[in-house]
Amino acid sequence: MIVATYSILSVIGVLLVASTIAAGNIWLERRLLGLWQDRYGPNRVGPFGILQVLADMIKIFTKEDWIPPFADKPVFILAPAIIIFTVLMSFSIIPAAPGIGVADMNIGLLFFLAMSSMGAYSIVLGAWASNNKYALLGGMRGASQMISYEVFMGLSLMGIVAMTGSFNLRAIVEAQQGLWNVVPQFFGFLVFMVAGIAETHRLPFDIPEAESEIVAGYHSEYSGMKFGMFFVGEYMGITLISAMITTLFFGGWLGPVLPPIVWFLLKTYAFIACFILLRATLPRPRFDQLLSYGWKVMLPLALLNLIVTGGILLAIQ
Amino acid sequence: MLSALRSLWIVLKHMFHRRVTVQYPDEKPYLAPRYRGRIILSRDPDGGERCVGCYLCAAACPVDCIALQATEDENGRRYPEFFRINFSRCILCGLCEEACPTYAIQLTPDFEYGEYDRQNMVYEKEDLLISGEGKYPGYHYYKVAGLKIGGKDKGEAENEDEPVDVHSLLP
Repeated sequence: MIVATYSILSVIGVLLVASTIAAGNIWLERRLLGLWQDRYGPNRVGPFGILQVLADMIKIFTKEDWIPPFADKPVFILAPAIIIFTVLMSFSIIPAAPGIGVADMNIGLLFFLAMSSMGAYSIVLGAWASNNKYALLGGMRGASQMISYEVFMGLSLMGIVAMTGSFNLRAIVEAQQGLWNVVPQFFGFLVFMVAGIAETHRLPFDIPEAESEIVAGYHSEYSGMKFGMFFVGEYMGITLISAMITTLFFGGWLGPVLPPIVWFLLKTYAFIACFILLRATLPRPRFDQLLSYGWKVMLPLALLNLIVTGGILLAIQ
Repeated sequence: MLSALRSLWIVLKHMFHRRVTVQYPDEKPYLAPRYRGRIILSRDPDGGERCVGCYLCAAACPVDCIALQATEDENGRRYPEFFRINFSRCILCGLCEEACPTYAIQLTPDFEYGEYDRQNMVYEKEDLLISGEGKYPGYHYYKVAGLKIGGKDKGEAENEDEPVDVHSLLP
């Protein structure tokens, strides 16, 4: 009974924390972009403008939720739910600290990869159901981008799996007691970072959205809270990828003095800030540039990393 | 790749730059005296209206936001019976100020005259007239013009010679 209560509580806790962090990220991003562009960003509503997110939430909740008459209604409604669903499901395997986390799965890493692959459906279905040529273009780009970057995303993590001998994220974190994985798996980290940006279709790889080219890409036809779900899903995706980088490469909750959860949050937020810095700096590459970069640079790098790691591990044995 | 990293570093360094934002309602920007904002009607040094109702401002106005009706007082001095500016149309171009022969209509550095009701954007003469002389202190149209009005005959204006009796010039 106590175990059941605890797990229900942790499910609710992770849900609340994930969505709060996602909402907070919107504020954080706007403030940091302002900081790096020599301006303030939202600073009027509440202390440091933090209630701006609340005001935006109220606005987006009360907006007209319009479904275009030419859209495929059931799929149109389903698509934004998928992205939220897959990202929140992925959060369940994040080990935030010893004893904190929803699921302690033996195939945690595979589950994460599976769920992030499912996220592609959200974009493709949303774009297809919109029955709009720009949405379709965005969805097409999104599908090919996400599917191709998944390959290296998975491969870049196999080095870690080979070193740890487990797909369990807690085991992976505990195996980093002596040395963080980022040192032996530096190229794996690089590939995972780039693939993570592409997977969450964040700037500079926001090619499925590309508001300067194809209106708003796959969510051109979305409005109100359905658009809000895509939006929040993206921010939760950033949090998820940052948490995964922390867990897999930077020793998760491990760290001196401070309590484990603080270390985990600190590292996660450092990577969220990195994502925002990338957004503030880099221009969007062309679609074919992104794909050729992926297949011609990232894939060989990930494979080489895996082969070398495997070779060294065999030699040590 | 290196250039991307370099750009990241440059952007990161902007963290320590001064922010250029002017926090507007708390911190008002400096506006030059000749800033083109809300339009006013100025007065003579002796307090009379400068406007002589010549319609040049209304003719110059590209959006036709100025409406007026000229009339004359008992001294023969022209003034507008009504003078109306529709600020919801006004584009603050300043052509009326340029057209005005008596420096009556002037633009000021005030731009904070938003209203919730569109009707309130229409300013009548009482709203437009100010008590001062605006940008041209000391200027008095009737004192420099050769026009005869009540209390000032021909030849009594500043720098004006006595009128010549043209008949005396006959051979």
